[in-house]
Amino acid sequence: MVWSGLLIYWANDVYKLGWGNTTVLKFFPDSFYKALNLSSHLSRGMAFHFIFMWVFFLNGLLYFLYTIFSGEWKYLLPNKHSFKEAWQVVLHDLHLRKKAPPQDKYNAAQRIAYSSIVVMGFASIITGLAIYKPIQLNWLCWLCGGYEAARVEHFILVWGYVFFFLVHVMQVILAGWNNFQAMVTGFEVVKEEQAVTEKIKEQE
Amino acid sequence: MKKLWKKIFAKKERTVAQQIRRRTIFSFTVFSLLLFVGYEGWLWLYDQPDTASGAKKPLREGLQVNEGIFRKIFSNDHLAKSYPKSAAVKQPKVNGDVGMSSGFDYMHWRMKLVRKPGDTISVSLQDILMMPKTEVIFDFKCVEGWSQVTHWGGVRFSDFAKKYNLDTQTNMQYVGLVTPDKQYYVGIDMPSMMHPQTLLCYEMNGKFLPLDQGFPLRLIIPVKYGIKHLKRIGTIYFSNERPADYWAERGYDYYSGL
Repeated sequence: MVWSGLLIYWANDVYKLGWGNTTVLKFFPDSFYKALNLSSHLSRGMAFHFIFMWVFFLNGLLYFLYTIFSGEWKYLLPNKHSFKEAWQVVLHDLHLRKKAPPQDKYNAAQRIAYSSIVVMGFASIITGLAIYKPIQLNWLCWLCGGYEAARVEHFILVWGYVFFFLVHVMQVILAGWNNFQAMVTGFEVVKEEQAVTEKIKEQE
Repeated sequence: MKKLWKKIFAKKERTVAQQIRRRTIFSFTVFSLLLFVGYEGWLWLYDQPDTASGAKKPLREGLQVNEGIFRKIFSNDHLAKSYPKSAAVKQPKVNGDVGMSSGFDYMHWRMKLVRKPGDTISVSLQDILMMPKTEVIFDFKCVEGWSQVTHWGGVRFSDFAKKYNLDTQTNMQYVGLVTPDKQYYVGIDMPSMMHPQTLLCYEMNGKFLPLDQGFPLRLIIPVKYGIKHLKRIGTIYFSNERPADYWAERGYDYYSGL
């Protein structure tokens, strides 16, 4: 989706960071298009984008339904402590705080991240449809603040995914093999002595 | 014998370690299989050759499925948003000159209206000017992603069809439009063509069209991307088959509806 989106964005790459006539960062520099071979494939980008939107939508829908019906949502939705604890998780992960915040199945930062990604996916579909059918679905377009606004929002959301992806992959690498195994199998193997020591630590 | 029996039986009562092992192997097998299928599927799709229709076959089929779905929500009640005249740009972007060959004799221009094969009549700009004028000021959208509020005036195609008694024709599936030099051509589905904002347009910002904007007559069809707004209409014809379309042949969505 991101790749085909970039093929489309290339045709009218107007976004940049800056103020007035000052540009700090242009999206994107020519070298970026060149390195990833993104230039002059608008029609291909559109064709891929409008097919894979269904994969994106169905995948998101199935995941959403699964979390609802399996009860997994209970571990994923932030609770009233999550926002405070998430900050502690960040400090801990950056080695600025010694004591680990409560982990549970997913810690507070994970809860917020995994819930946000679902909301973002939903927002991408809404803004995407607003750009795709701005007249037939003009109420969606209006909801997004207009055609141009929807396009900006759709673009910014991608940065959210990139950020999520980078942090996610880095955390998985840092967490090690045992965690990765748990991601695939759905259960984590904890040796008994280890489990006991962790329990004791928690109670302290 | 007893030993063997015991061995098989024992397998059914697995230890925790065995269960973990089995489930782990199973999960990783499924995981790798999904990765493999995803990767191979992508390669297969990516390596599909571009067809005569300008797009990879599965993608073209996908676009047509999308068209089928989104045609269902098309309605004449869904209008492109109107803007005040002051919002319109003074110099709308000129984006493409295919079909606009030089040496065009606009003094003797007539639009060929093909009512059916072998039955063509000529329509002059005078004839068009005598019909009631409709103006639209809307956000013109290009496939490239930019948009501009622009101000156009002309005759509603639906009014034109009524005046020329084109009932049989407008019951057909498609309209085809071609430039006088036959270099640019578009096909439009009938519901979009009969949309109340679709114009046979001769005015921009209250004046006759400039040459590079399609003088004397062009199509303005707000429910489509700019690629369908053919400039300098030479011929109009009707068909139940899809008329040839310049950009669809180059890989774009035939429908291109907004």
